[in-house]
Amino acid sequence: MEINFTHHQTAHCENGVVSNLMKYNGFDVSEPMVFGIGSGLMFCYIPFLKVNHAPAISYRTMPGQIFKRFAKRVGIKIKKEKFKKPQDAEAVLDENLEKNNPVGLQVGVYNLVYFPDEYRFHFNAHNLIVYGKQDGNYLISDPVMETVTTLTSKELEKVRFAKGAFAPNGHMYYPVGFPKELNIKEAIIKGIKNTCRDMLAPMPIIGVKGIRYTAKLIRKWPKKKGIKVANHYLGQIVRMQEEIGTGGGGFRYIYAAFLQESSKILNNNKLAELSKEMTVIGDLWRDFALDASRIYKSRSAKDDAYNHAASQLEAIADKEETFFKELKKAI
Amino acid sequence: MKKSDVPQDTSHLKAGNHKELCYAVDDKGEYTTAQSTGWKPKAIALDNAIEEINNRISKAKTRVLNKETSPIEYYMELHKMDVGILASYVGLFKWQVKRHFKLKRFNKLSKKTLEKYANVFEISMNQLKDIDYGN
Repeated sequence: MEINFTHHQTAHCENGVVSNLMKYNGFDVSEPMVFGIGSGLMFCYIPFLKVNHAPAISYRTMPGQIFKRFAKRVGIKIKKEKFKKPQDAEAVLDENLEKNNPVGLQVGVYNLVYFPDEYRFHFNAHNLIVYGKQDGNYLISDPVMETVTTLTSKELEKVRFAKGAFAPNGHMYYPVGFPKELNIKEAIIKGIKNTCRDMLAPMPIIGVKGIRYTAKLIRKWPKKKGIKVANHYLGQIVRMQEEIGTGGGGFRYIYAAFLQESSKILNNNKLAELSKEMTVIGDLWRDFALDASRIYKSRSAKDDAYNHAASQLEAIADKEETFFKELKKAI
Repeated sequence: MKKSDVPQDTSHLKAGNHKELCYAVDDKGEYTTAQSTGWKPKAIALDNAIEEINNRISKAKTRVLNKETSPIEYYMELHKMDVGILASYVGLFKWQVKRHFKLKRFNKLSKKTLEKYANVFEISMNQLKDIDYGN
């Protein structure tokens, strides 16, 4: 069976799944709208967790949060299921496909065979849509891919039951109830308020303060960990910032696109101005990534270079602090 | 970022004919999307990460051949795992997995436990016991 589903490529997987499922159900909601209303933008230095033997930094909210908040704010209902047994997970998936219901799945990337090998790490918060089954193969719409693809049921089971941090446990989700009209205007305001609150949170590792905290760590790394490890850590920050599925600089641009779209919906010129400002901040994140890459490329960087990179981050933190204070006032 | 500045550098994405989507501003200042084949700073970061993993794998291999650790550690590195990830795949505690790195313990492991590891790594029992098996 194949559901008449249209695949649209997006920059980020969770936004993409939500946006594509909404479009399938007749609501034209863009990726930036999902991201903004779901308050996806974030900065968090995650203590205690190491990814690829380096510190973990998240540029977005916890997996699943974007959809949860988006659904609540625009007034749709979602159903979420997790499974203990892979057989049950497959049976319920098949049931939904038979009812012509495309569903979102949380999966691990490591065994995702259509990803280039180099991108296959143990990262368990990727999202994709299954929209049919043909000759025992599942039809997959992975929003970060250009086109649709397929997975065998064995391959799909593996990624649905990946283990480690954020293990998906077969996590499946789909919208079940829609209002006559989406509550977009109010949802935008709630989404923006939430993001301002997160980014300006009085917590040392979150938001603007988290960026400053990370800058402080970068200054210490070369002395404390040695150049080799410091370079590895710095490379990891950039990878988390710019890689598929994460994208920190990229997220700033998506947020800027959201503010631009919102300024038209809410008739608020200030948001259009702030969108431009967010684009500038996104460019600064890119400059940081570029300069950081020069450090870990040369491998013999002096302490000075690390201090410079840290200062860049601190400058970004200052800009973002001003930005979110203004954004809070603008709505 | 302007649409014309969306990077089109060589990367592992390009090698696999993949493109990612980026948000950028067009000439009129409106946000739009554009595909990118990759960006150099990212490619370098990824290359370094892969090199780091390969170093870990070859180090683990040497240690196995020198009888300093069990093949489990080598296969763990080969699958880009750490102790925590491997422990959750085999359904054991981290300290148990670490203990299985010790050759003395490894040689005494039950067939059942060895099978768990072999299944996770998708290899035969012979390969699990001897990393050079079949080569």
